[in-house]
Amino acid sequence: MALDSKVPKGPIKDKWTNYINHIDLVNPANKRNIDIIVVGTGLAGGSASATLAELGYNVKAFAYQDSPRRAHSIAAQGGINAAKNYQGDGDSVYRLFYDTVKGGDYRSREANVYRLAEVSANIIDQCVAQGVPFARDYGGLLDNRSFGGVLVSRTFYAKGQTGQQLLLGAYSAMNRQIARGKIEMFNRHEMLDVVKVDGKARGIIARNLVTGEIERHSAHAVVIATGGYGNVFFLSTNAMGSNATAAWKIHKKGAYFANPCYTQIHPTCIPRSGDYQSKLTLMSESLRNDGRIWVPKNLEDVKAIREGRKKPTDLAPEERDYYLERRYPAFGNLVPRDVASRAAKERCDAGYGVNQTGEAVYLDFASAIDRYGKEQAKIQGIDKPSKAKIYELGQAIVEAKYGNLFQMYEKIVDENPYETPMMIYPAVHYTMGGIWVDYNLQTTVPGLYCIGEANFSDHGANRLGASALMQGLADGYFVLPYTIGDYLSNEIRTGKIATDTKEFDEAEKDVTDRIDFFINNKGTKSVDYFHKKLGNIMWNKAGMSRNEKDLKDAMAEIKALREEFWKEVSVPGSANEMNTELAKAGRVADFLELGELFAKDALERNESCGGHFREESVELDGEQKGEAKRNDKDYAYVSAWEYKGEPADAVLHKEALEFNDIELKQRSYK
Amino acid sequence: MIGFFKSSIGRKVAMAASAFFLIIFLLQHFAINILSVFSPDMFNEVSHFMGVNPVVQFALQPVLIFAIIFHFVMGTILEIKNKKALGVAYVKNNGAANSSWMSRNMIWTGLMILAFLVLHLGIDFWIPEINTKYIVGDLSGLIDPNNAESGFRYYEELHHKFEHPLTVILYVVAFILLGMHLLHGFTSAFQSMGATVGRKKIMKQIGVIYSVAIPLGFVFIALYHHFNH
Amino acid sequence: MNLTLKIWRQNDSSTKGRMVDYKVSDISEHMSFLEMMDVLNEQLIGKGEEPVAFDHDCREGICGMCSMYINGEAHGPDRGITTCQLHMRTFKDGDTITIEPFRAAAFPVIKDLVVDRSAFDRIQQSGGYISVNTSGNTQDANTTPISKHAADTAMDAATCIGCGACVATCKNSSAMLFVGAKVSQYALLPQGQVEAADRVKNMVAQMDLEGFGNCTNTGACEVECPKGISLENIARMNRELMKANL
Repeated sequence: MALDSKVPKGPIKDKWTNYINHIDLVNPANKRNIDIIVVGTGLAGGSASATLAELGYNVKAFAYQDSPRRAHSIAAQGGINAAKNYQGDGDSVYRLFYDTVKGGDYRSREANVYRLAEVSANIIDQCVAQGVPFARDYGGLLDNRSFGGVLVSRTFYAKGQTGQQLLLGAYSAMNRQIARGKIEMFNRHEMLDVVKVDGKARGIIARNLVTGEIERHSAHAVVIATGGYGNVFFLSTNAMGSNATAAWKIHKKGAYFANPCYTQIHPTCIPRSGDYQSKLTLMSESLRNDGRIWVPKNLEDVKAIREGRKKPTDLAPEERDYYLERRYPAFGNLVPRDVASRAAKERCDAGYGVNQTGEAVYLDFASAIDRYGKEQAKIQGIDKPSKAKIYELGQAIVEAKYGNLFQMYEKIVDENPYETPMMIYPAVHYTMGGIWVDYNLQTTVPGLYCIGEANFSDHGANRLGASALMQGLADGYFVLPYTIGDYLSNEIRTGKIATDTKEFDEAEKDVTDRIDFFINNKGTKSVDYFHKKLGNIMWNKAGMSRNEKDLKDAMAEIKALREEFWKEVSVPGSANEMNTELAKAGRVADFLELGELFAKDALERNESCGGHFREESVELDGEQKGEAKRNDKDYAYVSAWEYKGEPADAVLHKEALEFNDIELKQRSYK
Repeated sequence: MIGFFKSSIGRKVAMAASAFFLIIFLLQHFAINILSVFSPDMFNEVSHFMGVNPVVQFALQPVLIFAIIFHFVMGTILEIKNKKALGVAYVKNNGAANSSWMSRNMIWTGLMILAFLVLHLGIDFWIPEINTKYIVGDLSGLIDPNNAESGFRYYEELHHKFEHPLTVILYVVAFILLGMHLLHGFTSAFQSMGATVGRKKIMKQIGVIYSVAIPLGFVFIALYHHFNH
Repeated sequence: MNLTLKIWRQNDSSTKGRMVDYKVSDISEHMSFLEMMDVLNEQLIGKGEEPVAFDHDCREGICGMCSMYINGEAHGPDRGITTCQLHMRTFKDGDTITIEPFRAAAFPVIKDLVVDRSAFDRIQQSGGYISVNTSGNTQDANTTPISKHAADTAMDAATCIGCGACVATCKNSSAMLFVGAKVSQYALLPQGQVEAADRVKNMVAQMDLEGFGNCTNTGACEVECPKGISLENIARMNRELMKANL
């Protein structure tokens, strides 16, 4: 099937307006007769559920957690971008669009990104109206901060808990509709398959995670908003339950999977401490506003620090290598995430890592404390302040800005980051790849939509900070409610979808067969054993730096591991009860397939772009020597994979990317 | 309004309102009793005034009775409801880690104070007083109602009451319990009424001063009369 | 370090539970408490036994999913954290650790250490929102200035993660800190004031209906709250309810 992105004609700035002016609408009386299933209740799913219910559709929302409020959007710390230009620093819709496309290393679809930038301002208005307590300045107006990869301050934030506040906003909008009976909420339910009738998505099979009961739910359209697949690496900043099962199931039923290899490795995470590690903790990128990243200049100092003979604070400024400031003078510590992460890996691979595992660099606030301290002393009119006073004043400012993050760090690492620099290392954080969708956010299966991190559309090969929240809410509040209406306008005569059909029978049988297999397979190894092994393969061979040989090895190893999994996996307990191992087994089984497709995609894309770095594709000389080299001539396309059984047999479909409004340039942050 | 007092918060507010009344009552009770230490005559005068003044007797006294009964009944009802709200109890619970002993045992200090009130009102003062005034019909307040020269009986009765060491011990124990009840109850009542001042340091200090000083004062009065026999 | 764990095991809501003793060894002090539980579960799976079910998700102290009453305290002995942020360095080699589910009649046990906190959702549904539709043309976000103090205080209330530690730790199983925080967030913002009276009435009514106990101001909730939600929020809710009724 040829890919049709369905991008409307016309100049980019008019596309969305023209589009919504001309789509078909469903009248209010008919909306009452139309059911929509939304799987996942994070920012995208939650906001979509609420808005669709407000419009009058009957929404059934599903979450594997015990409440919509616990979706992992809640963990986003830093902020949300919007082209409000409240700071008067030259921001505009175009600039946000430009920054996002450039930040994504020219691998996203222009029209989608422009629309995202266009509706970004509405998100802030909507959230403020909902009572989201964004940070404000003393004049009572909204405050902004700046984030990596851009030159303006356009990030709105609520302390270090912006994701939490935005999710609670969407959750409150959902609650209002749940109370009105327009949303039926299914907590602790996991979608295990999508049901297609006559080629259209018409329902799902879900498992009640408390009772183990398998349920059939029908609808006129199904929306997948289940987030990313970062947990294919086992260790990531995702929640323990974050999984790709819904996305993978729809992929198997015909939805193409796009750019699976585009993974964001976030530069500021707490380094791992041992094999027992179950997840990694992110420290907001906003820390890079004030923290300076460095490693010792001399390997002797590295050794001394690792052996505990020296402390980082013992090193004089000239003994430190502020490698981001050295390599990227224009952006310094605020280069985009992929660049910062690779630079950290480069230093650590060269032996400069500062902790026992050799995988950590410093993030130092001493200069910021000093700078703020002096500034405060001036403001408060303190003449010739002592060093201690400057420190005290500066520390108070840093604490006000990042107190909760510093506290979190101290709880985990048991070191005081005000006194000694933090140690950080990159970790898997976000997946730009995902289910392929057209301009309407519809997948290659009619009636099946995919929004938020679960789709591929807006971030190209690398996502800028504070853009995930923006995309999730844009999709859910402002895009999907329009585009899905266009599809549903043809469904007003369909009537209720029956669940006692052979399509539902078959889907349910597949699901129960697989569950029965897990329960009856008396293997010898736990689910986590396989998940950890998969994670190791992914991190070592398809992680921050990739090459042909490793990727081929990865594909073979994952295939072998998958075969072992189906022989040896052990799931205790039964199917008809709360069984956490059973739920995990199903998710890991899907990761074991997705991981291989991931490696295949990375292998196929023999260029470096954004978060995808191929060792074979680097600049060989000039100012950019050693930097990633994109290949627009051969790879300016979206890779959309069609399922054909084994992941290795997946068929590639290419959606060519055209850039009419932005000139393709080497991304330079020098 | 009725809905409000049926709600959990409404009941809390009602508890606090009755507590405020009792706190004020306690203060005036103390103020009168301490007179007995300094001037038996003035104590007698004020006691007689309180004993025969119709506003005190027929307006304030019923309110006080109501407040005491209400405070007790509502406190018990809430305790039972709260126990029910807990369901299964913890095998191990470290309440001391996050709250004061006083705050967790209001029902027990309260019930013991109630037991004391039976002694205090029923046997020692109030019932005999009501009996004298309204059953026997002696409103004179005199030691010998037939002899105007015999003087008021109030001081004599009080002084006599604390002759026996067991009575004094019982009173002292009761006042300690009262102090503990107040140590939590005072600020708690403010908090229930929604007063932010309840959280401020100065209000906490006033609470502590009141909760220590008033019971100690009563203890002092009891001991004073005991040792002045 | 080596530890003895006393853990509440209960098959489902309709069966009786009991405390069971387990031993774990070679626990690193850098492990989080839940990673220690992972070690125990791996051990149980290895023996073909059912692992201990417990709620957890983000493991960074923000989703509010993890619960557990550890050695007599909600989220364990440390302050300002959730169970997933509790580290084993808080314990000593040879310790016995008692692990129970959050207890409250309104939080029935689903399995082992997993409890049903949907009562919190229903309280929110009864009024924990501002009635505004998604339209894309609400007024500009900066039209109504909000004082920094009000915005910051609202934010402090809004940081509640809905974990239920306040209820679990309260001797009365009262949910007032949770409800007070939500009522406060909206009461402090101009957007929320339009519906303030109905909101507080409805949310308190639903809270009572769910079977939570009454507040006796012991302050335990504030101490155990992983997000440091202040008792001030309960006082504000009390005021709001009085205001709504008078």
